[in-house]
Order: sequence, then structure tokens, then C-alpha cells
Amino acid sequence: MRAKGSVINPLAFLLLSTMLFVIAAPGLVDDAPERPSTLAAGILWTLVLLTQLLALDSMYRRDFDSGVLEQTLLNAQVPFVAVLIRILMQWLSTGFIIALCSPLLGIALGIAPKALLITLFSMLLGTPALSLLGSIGASVTVGFNRGGIILALLVLPLFLPTLIFGADMINAAQLGGSVMPQVYALGLISLISLAIAPFATLAGLRISLEMQ
Amino acid sequence: MLTLNALSCERDGQALFVPLNLAVESGDFIELMGANGAGKSTLLRTLAGLHSQYLGQYQADAFLYQGHRLGLDGLLSPLENLAWFAGLEGQEIQRDVLLDALATTGVLGKAFAPCNTLSAGQQRRTAMARWLVSDKALWLLDEPLTALDTDAQTLLRSILAEHCAKGGAVVCATHSPIDVAGKVTVTLQAHDELLQQGEAH
Repeated sequence: MRAKGSVINPLAFLLLSTMLFVIAAPGLVDDAPERPSTLAAGILWTLVLLTQLLALDSMYRRDFDSGVLEQTLLNAQVPFVAVLIRILMQWLSTGFIIALCSPLLGIALGIAPKALLITLFSMLLGTPALSLLGSIGASVTVGFNRGGIILALLVLPLFLPTLIFGADMINAAQLGGSVMPQVYALGLISLISLAIAPFATLAGLRISLEMQ
Repeated sequence: MLTLNALSCERDGQALFVPLNLAVESGDFIELMGANGAGKSTLLRTLAGLHSQYLGQYQADAFLYQGHRLGLDGLLSPLENLAWFAGLEGQEIQRDVLLDALATTGVLGKAFAPCNTLSAGQQRRTAMARWLVSDKALWLLDEPLTALDTDAQTLLRSILAEHCAKGGAVVCATHSPIDVAGKVTVTLQAHDELLQQGEAH
């Protein structure tokens, strides 16, 4: 990983925006521990979504601009694998690290201590879907100079199911209920994304290369 | 090696140039000339399978494509870029061979520096080293003379001549003629020019 910024920047953004919430709405943390806030989980997941969006914009841009992308698609024995590895790297450098940090952020936002491990787990289950679905949007918008807004419009609706079940999973844990339904739902979303995204990304990248 | 059958590229539904018939055999050097916007780059992209709006047919053997974007990762060194490219082609190449190729094109001194610290000409030279290690016989090159100093231009000529002598073939879009023995010059004629001539008659 020589592009250190691609790991540090999203993480710094997530930390800072979480701090903004903590500073702007101190009531989040001050709530009585026996009545945990269901807001915190939603806020955390929304911030993770936005962070991913920020990171996704540059996912294929550097390779596109340098011509590495066209050489990869032209010469790779199995372009599908190349795309899959790229998505995996994107997840490892953003979603995975975000997931590892999520208990910390959870504490800051006032998520009940007993739900912190579930927070980590929900991130690990849900963020792969964000990288996979986001990769589709990034592949289509990479040819635009300012694709960021269009990327957001394309990808955020796709992120909705992950957001709903991800936040719901943390809340269920906070309220002491079973989290298995949400585990299945998040796992299903990630698996479906895994089945669709590499092919859709490949098609999107080819379209982007066509457009110049 | 490469056959074009009444091939004409389109952009937004407009044919760019008069349909082209061409058969490229091993040993051929095809120089593709034409005004700016005549469709040289688009033709090469079409042959590489990166542009799908065209009329007519073509058939191409395994090729190496060098576009305006060099395909070098700025964070990797020339050596790493070469190794990556060889791996992409499914070749396993000894490090010495890669270093030899970089030495041939005169960027051995920069072999371990990140590519984005290299000058435009040095990056071009690195790209040339990549052609040397490629196992593809057909080379599609888009304006390879760009940013090259006189030494590198001479080097480019000898690399291309040697590749053709070894049974390879080169299709090369260029604005200034490249002196390679036995070259064939194909000039792309803009489609609207032909229409204007037709009206004049």
C-alpha cells in the first residue's frame, strides 16, 4: 500500500465526522445507560456509508487516468479476477479498517457497551456489500471528471438495505434481542452483491473506456 | 495477423474516415497517418477492442496496445511496472531480463524510482521497455514519438525495425514519418472531405 492517503483519509473523515456529532449532540452520550439511544447506531452506519462514498470516488480513477485500467482489461487472463481483487483491496483498505475502529466510534457515540462487539460484527458483515455495490457505481462514473455527485445518486439507494439491517442489528443488540435475523439479512446482501458486482463492474469499466 | 475489411470507425453515429481495407502480415510495418481528428487513435482503440462503434469487420491476433495513456502506475517503479505487466500477460520473466530491457531503453538508472518521479520522456522509455518483454507479435502503437528526444527516437526506430525483422508486425499512428525499411503508409481520409470532393465533381 503506497497510496497511504487512500487508507488514512477516509478513516480521518470518519473519525472527524463522528467527533462532530459527539460535539454537536452531547445528549447522545449522556443518555441513561439503561435506556440506550437507538439514534447512535443509525448515525454510525450513515457516517460509514458517506465515508465509503468518499473513498469509492477514487477507486478506479488513478488506474483509469494512467492507462493501467485499459491494459488490465486488455491483457489480464481473467479480467473478472482482477476486478474482484481490486474490490477486495478496496474493502481491506476502507471497510475492514472502519469495522475494526467501529467499537471505538460506538463508544464515542454512546452505543451500549454490550452492543459494541455486535457493532464490529455488523460492520464486518455489511461493509463488503458497500465496497461491492459501490464498485459498480465507481466503474460507471470513472470517466466523468466530476463523478462524485452522480456516484452518490447511483450508489446511495443501493446502500439502503445494508444501512437498515446494519443499524437494526446494533439496536437489536442494545435492546437485548436476537440479532440472527439481521445477520442473515446482511450476509445475504453481501453474498448477492458478491455475485453481481464483479460482472457489473467489468461491464461498467468497459463502458467507461468506450466513452473517450 | 491483422485484417481490416471495409472498416470504418464511428463516433456519435458519424463515420470518421473512408472505409479501410488492409492485411497486415508478419514483418509488416504500417504507418498510420492522418490529420488531427481523422480517427487514428479511434482506429487503434477499435482494433484493441476498446471502441465498439464501427462498420465493417476486422480480425486481429494477440496484440500489444500502447495508447496515449502509458499504463504505468505512478507509485510503482519501472521495474515493478514491467514485472506487473509481464504477470498480466501470464509470463514469468527473470528480473535480469526486465533490467536488461530497461537498460536497452536507457532508464536503468531510474529502475527503482517511483514512475511519477520520471520525466515524460523517461516514462515513454519505460513503456518501450515493456514492449521488449512482451510476447505479443502485433504491436498497436499510438503516437510513440511523443516526448522522445532524438536519441530515443533513433532507439524507437531500431526497436520497431528489429521487431518487424523478427517476424512481428507494427501498426503505428504517427504525425512525423518513422523510417523503417519496407514500411507501408496508410493515410486516413476524413469522411467529410470525401463528401466535399464528391459535391465538387
